Parts: sequence; structure tokens; C-alpha cells
Amino acid sequence: MIATLEQATKLGLREEEFEKIKQILGRTPNFNEVAMYSVMWSEHCSYKNSIKWLKTLPRDGAKLLVKAGEENAGLVDIGDGWGCVFKIESHNHPSAIEPFQGAATGVGGIHRDIFTMGARPIASLNSLRFGKVDNPKTRWLIKGVVKGIGHYGNCFGVPTVAGEVYYESCYQTNPLVNAMSVGVVRVGQTVSATSHGAGNPVFIVGASTGKDGIGGASFASADITENSAESLPSVQVGDPFEEKKLLEACLEMIPTGALIGMQDMGAAGITCSTSEMSAKGEHGMIIHLDKVPTRQQNMKPWEMLLSESQERMLIVVKKGREDEVQKIFDKWDIHCVQIGEVTKDTNLKYYMNGELVADVPAESLVLGGGAPVYEREYKTPAYFEEIKKFNIDSIIEPDDLKEAGYQLLQSPNIASKRWIYEQYDSMVMTGNTQTNEASDATVVRVHGSEKGLAVTTDCNSRYVFSDPYVGAMIAVSEAARNIVCSGGVPVAITNCLNFGNPYNPEVYYQFVHAIKGMGDACRKFDTPVTGGNVSFYNQSEDGPVYPTPTIGMVGVLDTLSQKMSISFKHPGDSIYLLGKNRNDINCSEYLHHICGVEYSPAPHFDLEEEYQLQHRLQKVIGNQLVKSAHDISEGGLFACMVECAMVNGLGFTITTDKDLRKDAVLFGEAQSRVIVTVNPDLHALFEAELRGLPFTKIGHVNATKEIVIDDHNWGYVSDWKEAYDTSLEKMLVG
Amino acid sequence: MKFGVIVFPGSNCDRDMQHALQDDLQQEVVMLWHKDRNLSMFTKNDCIVLPGGFSYGDYLRCGAVARFSPMMEQVINFANNGGKVLGVCNGFQILCEAGLLPGVLLQNDHQKFVCKNVYIKSESTNNLIGVNVGEKALKIPVAHGEGRYYADAATLKQLHDNKQIVFRYCDEHGEVHINSNPNGAINNIAGICNEGRNVYGMMPHPERACSTALNNIDGRAILMALN
Repeated sequence: MIATLEQATKLGLREEEFEKIKQILGRTPNFNEVAMYSVMWSEHCSYKNSIKWLKTLPRDGAKLLVKAGEENAGLVDIGDGWGCVFKIESHNHPSAIEPFQGAATGVGGIHRDIFTMGARPIASLNSLRFGKVDNPKTRWLIKGVVKGIGHYGNCFGVPTVAGEVYYESCYQTNPLVNAMSVGVVRVGQTVSATSHGAGNPVFIVGASTGKDGIGGASFASADITENSAESLPSVQVGDPFEEKKLLEACLEMIPTGALIGMQDMGAAGITCSTSEMSAKGEHGMIIHLDKVPTRQQNMKPWEMLLSESQERMLIVVKKGREDEVQKIFDKWDIHCVQIGEVTKDTNLKYYMNGELVADVPAESLVLGGGAPVYEREYKTPAYFEEIKKFNIDSIIEPDDLKEAGYQLLQSPNIASKRWIYEQYDSMVMTGNTQTNEASDATVVRVHGSEKGLAVTTDCNSRYVFSDPYVGAMIAVSEAARNIVCSGGVPVAITNCLNFGNPYNPEVYYQFVHAIKGMGDACRKFDTPVTGGNVSFYNQSEDGPVYPTPTIGMVGVLDTLSQKMSISFKHPGDSIYLLGKNRNDINCSEYLHHICGVEYSPAPHFDLEEEYQLQHRLQKVIGNQLVKSAHDISEGGLFACMVECAMVNGLGFTITTDKDLRKDAVLFGEAQSRVIVTVNPDLHALFEAELRGLPFTKIGHVNATKEIVIDDHNWGYVSDWKEAYDTSLEKMLVG
Repeated sequence: MKFGVIVFPGSNCDRDMQHALQDDLQQEVVMLWHKDRNLSMFTKNDCIVLPGGFSYGDYLRCGAVARFSPMMEQVINFANNGGKVLGVCNGFQILCEAGLLPGVLLQNDHQKFVCKNVYIKSESTNNLIGVNVGEKALKIPVAHGEGRYYADAATLKQLHDNKQIVFRYCDEHGEVHINSNPNGAINNIAGICNEGRNVYGMMPHPERACSTALNNIDGRAILMALN
């Protein structure tokens, strides 16, 4: 059946893309083939509108064992013969219409990217964005997403160790659900997503193939509309039990050495895995679709080619060693069925009951091969004019700073996320050191070594909205700062680039400048980009979401004893502020949510200043001169101090700068500032080690368990903690 | 003396238990596969552990399928002959399903999964664990969606009269009250034993509290009690 242009455009292809397919094949494609190209050339799989700029990011470094884009996830050397595999990915569109399954399969999918490389996932993180908490739909979305993440992760048995959640009205229709997985593997034991050796058998392993998730990649590459719920079959359904068995079976199979390559089936299912593996190995395949185990009868070829049923892998095995592999999957009661073989001819030939139903060159489908690459236009967003108009003098300092602080601490973007994270198993695998000693980045131990991994996800998208270049630099810097505050050395990042429609020149401006900022910051901190995911089309009738380039960063601690925590430890310890307070309330939670100002510039930030801060902080932590470290971020100095105080219930007494606005000192979010505590006996040594870095001794930890600011008593820490801990729960549960 | 840890499909605390027993407590551990039927290398001095997780995906009902696995037949015989058995979390659910312990574990009263540190307190010194852990409130994590212990009045009376209640949820000072109950368990019950005092089940995870690297070793005394 010859496909028509109308069918092609209905599947999301552009007219010139349909022409390009005809050129490649030298004939008009049939419907199955058009369907394959439509998903493989969708934004989600091909990166056609982003790859040009992604290539400008630093993607190489001494510690990178695999370059960005070469495999399913990045691989970095963490020493002692261990490698760390990690990646972040979005599942925004599915979560917008079916939050539970959307989030659950997001978690399942990202873990598969990690263990398909032979690594065992040891930590899960996420980054979530929702609309306003007081909207009933938001509450439905949050509850569904949190339950979905918990459902999958808790059963799969990998701890959810960290994350971030923000609520802004721009995410009302388009929530963001970004999931990150971090795994570890012995260097040299990794598996590649490749296929070669004519005659080698190709197996599908794991769950049966159903009609769920058909066209999910294309669905993720269009704006969300009120009709999106009709795309419900585009949402996949997850089974974490199946994936847990698949994980154990795959990790048991790898040491046999019987494997040529393995790739998980995520977006575009069989089409994507067969084409990407074949293109990488410069071979082709013959695939018999009728041999694929299915969940329902009479599935059509294109349905099988496009199905995004979860918990499946494609593996290529060395001929003659099929039995070894089969035995392991039998042990775990998992399907393992040969569906084809590798060919020297580089075309992919798919048969159904002996009939050839699709015949395309593997290379023509994939990114870096035949997939189109576009340059998009961009122009300075008009709303920048609004941002320039902001003047701090238009904001009157509140008479009651304590009340402002009280409101701020209970605002959903700052208040404790306890209601959320207690629904996640954060402790399975007995590696999460956060449970009993909180630190800025979560430090997870690597069993079998002395090492710890410091992991974090960060992005303040309001900053990026105000200034895409600076905002993206801040996102990278904050991630690195969190890792340094935890005693680690930043190593590399993965990114999840959530933006609106790339055909909107203002959105594309945000994208381009965010990439530039990210690149500059990553070069400065020597943290290359190992891979990630682009999610465009996060936009509805209300407009695009804030540009949200989420950074997932991994750092290394050579021994766990290097870990630094945030908590105030002993009364009498001195409190130092490293960096400088400024007359700056730009873009702060305080300005946005308490004062109600929507447009203001990004907060103060200077990359060199940030670098120096982190460099000196590494020294003083390494030399054991500080007892706690916590960076100042959302909510400013005040929120930071309360967070340090609450852990052990100790109080603090501080004095603020006389020549600055009080609200700017307490609630401003100027970057490159960290609060540390120091044993009074070590003042001299500590201050000497700072060598030129600006710092102020602002007060001390008190034993009365009270908050005292400029001689005003703000009450007991325990009362602030109660308000902080329970605020979100009250808003969500009512 | 040695420990045997059963691996069911979907177990996910099996390795944690192995690490805790082997690395933190220097015990001999043998991992056992659910499809096997051989426990002949274990004597009455040894202890079989059913770890936490989602055996068989928790399909049908937590523990309901695992209870029929070939290895469980052997464990039931082993327990009936006086061998020591410990079930943690999903393991506790399996022991109740298998009839080795009375009562059931229902969905948490708040209908959400809960993972956090809680405190538990030994109820009696009339069992192996109680005599080893003393009266101190122990900080042990829970992580479950179905951990609300329930039994009818007659069973509860029996548990009470026979001193079969091993742990109750309490606060950090050892006070047992409703606010320290993470799941709505009846009478704050966190763990019990059988009449013969050789089979133990508890919802909190002692294996998650055995390592100095995690800053909590309150679980050690619980596991070592079965050595």
C-alpha cells in the first residue's frame, strides 16, 4: 500500500520530509515505512531542531569514557575501576494527560537507559514543575505524578534520593516530569547499543508488545491542546515488576560474554532499537514481526513497529551462544524470542508472515544519518522590555520582615517537600546518606568501594525566563555548588531541555541562549555534557512554559568521610557568609510570590566569582575547617539559615549589613553565596584559607533554639520547622 | 550458624540484607532461589530471612503468590521444625499469608506509601529479639504501602497474653502513642513472633540501619538476636 502525502502529514511529517523519504528510497514509501520515518524523524528521536546547538556544548573530557550521544547514556570514570552511567529524560506530555502512568513509565524508561549499558541503577532523581497549588487540576496532577514515580521506583527497588519541585502558573497545562537515573558499573563491563556480524541472531526480550504508546514520540513532538486526552493510547503502561526481573536477567547475562549489543525499547520501540543498533554497527537486519510476542491478536505491522510497550530490550547475540542467553531469561521467567538476524546488507527488512512489509536503510532513519537537521530562526523576546522596566525602589520594604519570612518559608516552592518524598522509597539499596545527615547534593555510597557519588538536579526556570543565558549558567553553577557544599568534586552533567514550540522564534531565542550559557558554565567547571534529552512543544493555548533546562549533575567523593552536611552542629560555632550580600531582590521568590512582581531581571551572577567561591569552598571543606555548608538559593539567606538550623533544632543569632535593604539581605537571591559554620578555635586558619574571597562573620549558632536577627527575636526554630514541614501538605490535602 | 536469604522475583531488599549480615555483622550468608527446594544445609541454629520488596510484583495481594513458591514449602517445614525465620516488610507479609504468623497487613490508613525513619520499642524480653535489644527506642526506617497490622480481637488477646508482640511504634523517647504510628497498625504493632518464638515478622527494615556509613546502627541488635 503506497502512502500518500496526506497520510504523511497526518503522522507529523512535513511535505519536504516526505519528498526526502522518496529520494532516499528511490520510490514512494508504503504506509509502514512512512510511519517509521514519522517517529524516527520526530523531534523526540531526531533532535532535528536542536542538534545544531547541542553540538556546541562541551562533550568531551578526561573523565568521559563515552562521548555524548554515542550510547544510551553518558559514562564517566569515577576511579578505582568504577564508572558511573547517568541520564535525565522528560516524560512531560504523557504526564500531562495521564499523570500516574506518564510519570511511572518516565522512571522505568530512564532506568532502562542505564542498565541497557550494563550498569546497575543506584539512585533516582526527578525534577517536577506544576501549575499553582490552589488549582484542583494541579493537585490531581501532583498526586498522580508522585504516586506514579513512587509506584515504579519503589517496586523496581532503586531509591529516589533527590529532586526538585516548583509551582508556577506557566506549567498549568504543561507540567514537567523529568526523571534521572544514576548507575554504576565496573569499567570494561559495559554494553554497547550496536549490532554487527552477519548471521548473528536478534532477540526481543522482556514484556510482550501491545498497542500502548503507539506514536508516543510523535505525540511528544506537538503542542498540548484540549484534544490531547484523545491521544491517551499514546501513553504507555508500566510494569515495574517485569522491569526488575529484566534488570536482574540482563545484568546476569552480560558477564557471559555472549552479547554483541543491547538497546532498550523506549520511544519508537522496535523501529528505533533496530535502526539505531544497525546504524551504529553498520549492518542491517531481517526482522520477522510475526515472531514478536504480542498482547493482543491481529496487530498490524505498523502497530508493532511503533508500539512503545515498556520493559522490552533488543539484544544481538553471538551465533551459537543462544542457549546460554535463553537459560538466563528462562530462569527469570521472561520472554526471550529470536525475531531475526543481522545482515551485511545495511537495510532493515521487516517481514510479516513471509511478506516484506518495510525495507529501509537503517542509517536513513537515525540522528547523524538521514534524519533532517534544521536551523531555526530566533528573535529577542518582546517581554524582555517588561523585565528591563523593573526598579527595586518601586518595592517598599515590608514593616514586618518576620511575617514576610513566615509567608516565604511556607510558600510551596520553598516549604518542605516531605509530603512528596515520603512516598518514595529513598533508602532501599542502603546507600543514601541523606536520610540521617542532610547535605546540599545527595551523597550515595558506591557499595564495594570507598566512594560516594554526589547527585543533584537543579534549574530555577524563572531566572532562565528572565535571562536565558545567565539563567542557564546559574542552573549549572548551582548544581556544582551543591556538590561542592556536599564535599564532592563536580564531574559531568546531563541535561533535560524543556522548552516551548521551536518554531516560535522567541522560544528558540530562549533555547539558543540557554545552550550558550550552559556551555560556558560547563566549560568553566570542567563538567562536560554527557547526554540528555530535548523536550520542545511544552506549550498550550496559554503560551510556552518557562524555559527549563534542567541540569542533572554528578560529583565524586573519594571517600564518604569527605561528606559535608548542612546542619548546624554545636552552639557557639561561628556562622560565616562566603561571598557578598547585595541590594538585589531580582527574580526572587520573595519578589515573585510575596510582592507579586512577574518581570524582573535574573539575580546577580558572575561566573568567575562563582568559580572562585567554589574553589575556596572546596579547600576549606577538604581541610576540615568548616562544620557545615549550605548554599543560598531560593528564599535567600533567611531560608538557608532556617534549613541549617532545623536539622538539629539549634538556633542562630545574626547581624545583617546596615547599608543594604533588609529584605534584600534576608530574602534576596544574589548568587555565589554559601553559609558555613566554623569552630571558634579555627577562625584564623579558616579565614587565612579564604585568600581574598569576600566573607563576613554574621553571627553564631545559639543554644536557646531561637532565631535572633539584628537583636529581634523571631521565635523558636521548632515553630518555624512545624510551619515549614506541614505547609505543602495542608495545601494539597486541604 | 548461618543465615539464608531467599530471593523471590521482585525481592529488592535481598542484597541489602546480604550486605548488612555479611559486611556489617560478619555473618555467613547463603542466598536462596525461590524455585529451589533444598534447605538441607540449614539446621535449627540457622536463620532463614525473607527480605523486603515486591515479590511477584505484589500482584493479587502482597505475599499471596510468594507463599506458594517451592522454597516457601521448605521454609514452612523448617519453621514447623523449630528453625528460626525472620520476615521483614514483604517478608512479614509472606509469613502472614503462609500462616506462620497470625494476622494480616493491610493498606496504610493514609493510603499512601510511606518511607521514613520511625522509632520502635521492644515489648517484652520473652523472645530472642526482645532480650537482645533492651528497652531503648530504636530508630529503624519503614518503607511500605501495606504495613497496617491487623488481627481480630481474639488473636490480639492471644498475642498479648502469650507476649508475642515484639515491637510497637513509639516516639524517640519510647512513648507509644497514635502520632508515632506510621500506618494505622492496630495497637501500634510493628512486629510479632509466633507462639514457638522461632518465627519473627516486622515491617521496619533493620538491615537499613546497620552501617556506620549511613549514621544509624540501631538495626544491628535486631539481626544479631537471631544469630
